[in-house]
Amino acid sequence: MTDAIAPFFEATVRTATPLAFAALGELVAERAGVINIGLEGTIIAGAFGGLVAAGAAGVGVGFLGAVVAGMFVAAIFAFFVVTLRADHIITGTAISMLGVGATGTLYRIFFGTTGAALETPTLAPLPIPLLHSIPWIGEALFGQPPITYLLYVIVPCLAWWLRRTGAGLALRAVGERPEAASAAGISPARVRWAALLFCGAMGGLGGGTLVLAQVGTFNEGISAGRGFIAIAIVVLGRWSAVGVSGAALLFGAASALQYFAQAMGWGIPYQFALALPYVLTLIALAGAGERAAAPAALGARG
Amino acid sequence: MTTHTERRSHSWRQLLPPVVVAAAVVGVIVLVIVAGHHDIAQSFQAFWRGSFGSAYAFWSATLVRATPLTLLGLAVALAFRSGVMNIGAEGQFLAGASAASALALSGIGGTLVLWVAVPAAILAGALWAAIAGWLRRRFGVLEVISTLMLNFVAQYLVSYLVRGPLQEPTHVYPQTETFSTSAHLPLLISGQRLHFGYAIALVLALALWWMFRSTALGFRLRAVGAGPAAAASAGHVVVPRVMFTAFLLSGAIAGLAGGVEVTGVTYALYEGISPGFGYTAIAVALLARLHPLAVIGTGIFFGALEAGAAAMQRDAGVPFQFVAVVEALVVLGVIALEWSRSRGEVRP
Repeated sequence: MTDAIAPFFEATVRTATPLAFAALGELVAERAGVINIGLEGTIIAGAFGGLVAAGAAGVGVGFLGAVVAGMFVAAIFAFFVVTLRADHIITGTAISMLGVGATGTLYRIFFGTTGAALETPTLAPLPIPLLHSIPWIGEALFGQPPITYLLYVIVPCLAWWLRRTGAGLALRAVGERPEAASAAGISPARVRWAALLFCGAMGGLGGGTLVLAQVGTFNEGISAGRGFIAIAIVVLGRWSAVGVSGAALLFGAASALQYFAQAMGWGIPYQFALALPYVLTLIALAGAGERAAAPAALGARG
Repeated sequence: MTTHTERRSHSWRQLLPPVVVAAAVVGVIVLVIVAGHHDIAQSFQAFWRGSFGSAYAFWSATLVRATPLTLLGLAVALAFRSGVMNIGAEGQFLAGASAASALALSGIGGTLVLWVAVPAAILAGALWAAIAGWLRRRFGVLEVISTLMLNFVAQYLVSYLVRGPLQEPTHVYPQTETFSTSAHLPLLISGQRLHFGYAIALVLALALWWMFRSTALGFRLRAVGAGPAAAASAGHVVVPRVMFTAFLLSGAIAGLAGGVEVTGVTYALYEGISPGFGYTAIAVALLARLHPLAVIGTGIFFGALEAGAAAMQRDAGVPFQFVAVVEALVVLGVIALEWSRSRGEVRP
């Protein structure tokens, strides 16, 4: 049993990392009142942008490429949703389709049908001395590639920024009462554009992490629904940065559970483990009651 | 007072969407072909051969592909017109396909098994949507998130079924065994693959058009879709109940689509049974401006696009993935056109 626990925690954190990046981006967008269903397209654009940029100039530039690609896709979404005031859900669905379709097509054009063997340089794990030898959780939390540690910085900063700064307050005001924010001299459109670009950068980082720190290659549809999972994570994390990182770990644990259950010889079908977080999200939503925790203007046009 | 020029600009505007859509489709295809160094003439010939170029292409590829898209397009159009953002047609389709498969394989009903399996699909789709409807009605949960979550749950449910209780007897492949012929929907034309499901889709489109136009239920659904507050105060409409009805009807149609697909096309259940039909259906419904009769046309349009693209990949090596780009651009194009139309109107 103990032999399986450390790898279980390690797989949990590894799976949770790209999800956490994307979900923190989505958190900021939703706090500004925009639900970005196009996140899936952002993530896969980041993954592809990361692949291309890393192939040209190494891993570091790869992450930059991932961020830029993610922001580009998010800018298309923002143009429609904020500037043209289009429906968030319909636009987001289209953006996700666009991201998955365009990267799949470009991948075939750039790398041909035999691209499966394509490998990209990856970010090596950087164990933190002492900390990574803590039993059970050391390897999981402190034996990861450096990009994971970036999250340990982002989460508290974001939590503080949202709660304690004027800009964070302005963002939340736009998500709760855009008219009131507008009356107070805040431009909801500008705040939402900024929030969505941040969301794009984080979604892109999530996709970049997937390719450049974990899988080491790209394949069509590599985002595999992570954008939608990230939306569930934001709900489950009750729209707070700390809650979101916890929920990301829970989703990570659920997908790690399938291997753990196999290793332990439990007879649970792995699909139940994979479906569990979605069911939990539904229960959490029902428990939240009357959308208590959600930003009041979430999904509203304009 | 309508001036001559206004009327003319109105008809000009009406012509615009199909022109823009057609231009986007051709533009993307040309771009993909050129960028991939494929032969343009050969690619377009393949596209034509696969979609409209022969009777077989039209009846056995385009319309077979159009069947689930039309049914799901109707499901989405009904929900959206009623103000229900059901993006769970995919999951409801899978629920319907699973229920129909379970019954088709059980042998219940003997030679009349279809009379059990297809209604079961309808019921399963309605129930799957009812979960989201109930969460909305009882707890105020946004259906956008709940239906999306339920899509994933449905996907894992199918995965479990075809690797577990419904797996074929040798337990090698993740799929069910092929249904017996009594569980196959009749074909519409001998020698073609087009099945009875398409006739159902056409009748349903007519029925929904009539319902929205001429029935009290249709009026209530439209009223809620136009504005829940106004519907409640002016129209004496019980908004939550009407919305719940929209969930049920939309889910029932999507479930039917799933049942029709397994009994009319695949004759088996497997994991990739829907290549995202439920998401493509959003483009089908939007391009039709949520009008049930227009869904017939946009269903054929997207059916032909997918059938032609499949042939283009097979015969000319052009990647099929560009279809999703076209579908996305169609949706974004419709949004942009609607914006340009509403410009100048006073926004609430």
